[in-house]
Amino acid sequence: MKPNTGKIIGVSGNMVTVSVDGNIMQNEVAYIIKGDQRLKSEIVRIGDGVAFMQVFESTKGLNIGDDVEFSGQLLSVQLGPGLLTHIYDGLQNPLPDLAEAHGFFLPRGVELKPLDETAKWKFTPSVKAGDVVVAGQSLGFVPEGIFEHQIMVPFDLRGEFTVTEVAKAGDYTITDTIAQVKDEKGKSLNISMSFRWPVKLAIEAYKEKIVPVDPLVTQARIIDTFFPVAKGGTFCIPGPFGAGKTVLQHILSRYAQVDIVIVAACGERAGEVVELLREFPELEDPRTGKTLMDRTIIICNTSSMPVAAREASVYTAVTLGEYYRQMGLDVLLMADSTSRWAQAMRELSGRLEEIPGEEAFPAYLESRIAEFYERSGLVELHDGKVGSLTIGGTVSPAGGNFEEPVTQATLKVVGAFLGLSRDRANARRFPSIHPLESWSKYPTFVDDNEVAAARDMLQRGSDVGQMMMVVGEEGTSHEDFQLYLKGEFLDSVFLQQNAFDKVDAGSSKDRQQYVFAMVNRVLKTNFQLDDKEKARGFFNQLRQLFIDWNYIAMDDAEFKAQENSIDKLIKENSGNEESL
Amino acid sequence: MRKVYNKILSISGNVITVKASDVGYEELAEITTHRGKSLAQVIKLDGDLVSLQVFAGSRGVSVSDEVRFLGHPMQVTYSDNMLGRIFDGAGNPRDKGPQLADEMIEVAGPSVNPAKRIIPKRMIRTNIPMIDIFNSLVVSQKLPIFSISGEPYNELLARIALQAEVDMIILGGIGLKYDEYMKFKSVLEEGGALSRSIFFMNTASDPIVESLMVPDLSLAVAEKFALKGKDVLVLLTDMTNFADAMKEIAITMEQVPSNRGYPGDLYSQLAARYEKAVDFEGAGSITVLAVTTMPGDDVTHPVPDNTGYITEGQFYLHHGYIDPFGSLSRLKQQVNGSDSSRKDHRAIMDGMIQLYAQYIETEEKRSMGFRMSSWDQKLLKYGQHFKSQMMNLTVNIPLEEALDRGWQILADCFTSEETRMRTELINEFWPTNGK
Repeated sequence: MKPNTGKIIGVSGNMVTVSVDGNIMQNEVAYIIKGDQRLKSEIVRIGDGVAFMQVFESTKGLNIGDDVEFSGQLLSVQLGPGLLTHIYDGLQNPLPDLAEAHGFFLPRGVELKPLDETAKWKFTPSVKAGDVVVAGQSLGFVPEGIFEHQIMVPFDLRGEFTVTEVAKAGDYTITDTIAQVKDEKGKSLNISMSFRWPVKLAIEAYKEKIVPVDPLVTQARIIDTFFPVAKGGTFCIPGPFGAGKTVLQHILSRYAQVDIVIVAACGERAGEVVELLREFPELEDPRTGKTLMDRTIIICNTSSMPVAAREASVYTAVTLGEYYRQMGLDVLLMADSTSRWAQAMRELSGRLEEIPGEEAFPAYLESRIAEFYERSGLVELHDGKVGSLTIGGTVSPAGGNFEEPVTQATLKVVGAFLGLSRDRANARRFPSIHPLESWSKYPTFVDDNEVAAARDMLQRGSDVGQMMMVVGEEGTSHEDFQLYLKGEFLDSVFLQQNAFDKVDAGSSKDRQQYVFAMVNRVLKTNFQLDDKEKARGFFNQLRQLFIDWNYIAMDDAEFKAQENSIDKLIKENSGNEESL
Repeated sequence: MRKVYNKILSISGNVITVKASDVGYEELAEITTHRGKSLAQVIKLDGDLVSLQVFAGSRGVSVSDEVRFLGHPMQVTYSDNMLGRIFDGAGNPRDKGPQLADEMIEVAGPSVNPAKRIIPKRMIRTNIPMIDIFNSLVVSQKLPIFSISGEPYNELLARIALQAEVDMIILGGIGLKYDEYMKFKSVLEEGGALSRSIFFMNTASDPIVESLMVPDLSLAVAEKFALKGKDVLVLLTDMTNFADAMKEIAITMEQVPSNRGYPGDLYSQLAARYEKAVDFEGAGSITVLAVTTMPGDDVTHPVPDNTGYITEGQFYLHHGYIDPFGSLSRLKQQVNGSDSSRKDHRAIMDGMIQLYAQYIETEEKRSMGFRMSSWDQKLLKYGQHFKSQMMNLTVNIPLEEALDRGWQILADCFTSEETRMRTELINEFWPTNGK
């Protein structure tokens, strides 16, 4: 079939109107032909003989009458072995390859292959002729890094298929046919190791979704112990600028105990991505001994890159996440920042002259956000394996005010809220997750009651602190003052964590449980301190010991020694160690 | 030969519409009115209707004025001869010097491939302790100075321009008051820095549309010099005027406003400029410092708010001080723990700020009339020392000296445990003449 074509009749910003006769579909991809450049665009509205298209590139220099070629395809990504370690833009263009071909700057109208079609992969079949398979089921696997990358029946094939032929174990490229299947009507189909999937549709080639309960260990104490995230769950990190969103996001992508991490740098600073892409290949993943990059895919559509591609980048990332979940792996997707994504929708909506909702965001903002987070989840696959996709999105609320549409729409759909506070950031209390305002609906790996007691202590300590602002220290009773100091102690030795210290930056589950027990002991002890100066001095000393303790690796001999000094100090100052 | 049109269909704000064919999006045109010539840029194509924004403003444009399309987008001259020269927002000389047309380069070019960026590792020393110790400026950083009218932000910018270790300076003035412009000129002249500077100057009395061009011109020229190996510091003042000019055009074009009348793409537009900051591997770099005045001292105003999300930190200028709270250099971690600095740098930075935060609380309590404990007394003393010996903007000392001064201030006010410093640092750096 001859591709459908059209001609440009209007340009405004990145929105182009095209007159077209033939059959076109909503969200179809089209290319504007400008000399040897092919500018990718997507249909976002269809009128009478007119297609409204958002262009994924700069529209500078486009003319009325320029030719447009429609592709007949929805915006999609290529799936297959070799995705890991890649750095893509929002449309799955490999950025390092672009850099190699075009130098410092991003060229316009160039599209490169997302996957290497010449590389050979060592294929091992796991089905035989005669087996019956459905979409998403594995036909075999190839090694990709430390994983067995499953070669699956393409997700868009409906119904049951009978395998008629499978390639023998051996080396194949992603375009080679590795299996032949027959549908119920007897029609034959060739399957290769790679296929495309439209990014805006969720991949649902699994048996069922199950409720996420297992904690995802992020190695951030305040998250794991106080506001845990479950594997397959969702969480959001809203915070004003300067509150440490990015550092926290990096820590999570570095220390989270999952198989695969996908970072979607959506409309944020290029510099932040650079840190990831320059550092991850150097950093060792303690779980595998390989580098962190070996388990990472970076989707990078930074703030100065075209805004329409920014809108697409989030979908590209989540689609890749779903793909790896289909292999029974635990995937973490960090989207930074969903506000920029929402703003991209707003820009588009404005150009389409839609009736604006709150703060000019489109009326469908909430449903889009809900749709996105709903693509997370813990799923049971056809072969009984379980895979998870956890989605964490940062939110950058205008003015740091959580009452704005994007934050509110996000809070409705996520399972954990890790709100960052500018006050805590200003006081250099990192991570600046607010311990009194954040919440999580997922279970923690320490005792619930103890966590509740610790939070209560924090709350009461903070209340005393507030009161002291009014009545002064002299107007505060000794018990209350001790309460206040305990709250501060919990905050500085457990909730705060030094992201730049090798040991302290990532705290394992065992260590968190161990240290939390010790912290709890301090919180529960009634110390014999009847002088405020003495009390302050004691807690200063205790805090110092604990902070030094946090910097010592758990398997270091020093660890026990430090613990003993802490123990000694506690015993010296407590008449009896009974509960309050 | 480009086509010439003599019929302007509509004039609304600074936007005119003509019927024309074969015109490219964002192409330039030249409009000849009885007042002279002005450039205009295509901002919308709709069938054969072409909307252009007129750089010199539409005042006095008549419907029969001549519109001649130039066949290329906005360009600016680029050559070494630009050093020491002053241009306006259209790229023409505003000093008495000759017109330059050595090499014309396109402005607002494509963005840098993130895969080609490198991690910034070089500190730009300014000899201002509040910057060097607490929020180091780093090559390729983009930082705004958040301030309000009346604060000495332009003086601070000029001081940084003089003292910063860079090869050249490009100053973009956007809606700058004429006397501020002259002050910049004389400060750089007296400091001997004019010969390594280029000015793109749009003063408050110049056409507002031209002010929109200033950041693009400055950054396009900076980019060329950076590719040639120069470390360029771009100073922009004031970006709030830039955003306001954008708002004006957007409203004229009947775009749906998003927040307080600003267009929905304010973030993307600002980011497109700030993201030009870069360190080219094997070549030079662009570092951007931009003043953003906060209307009503409100950081949640759309302009400072969007800026803060784009830039790599911010300096708050309040009451003549760089405010230690809120001010932040996101890239400081890249340099303050590295070889280009001392190992106590980070500890001093965090420790002194935490104590200063406690001082502020104590100061509040004191102003409410509470009795001061001995700890409060120590904090009060510390606060005073910190303000006068560190925050004072006239302090002009190198980083190492500033760090030593930090330890001395701590030792003058506290015992070593009270500072929460790690023991090994205390052993090495705690001044022995302290208490």
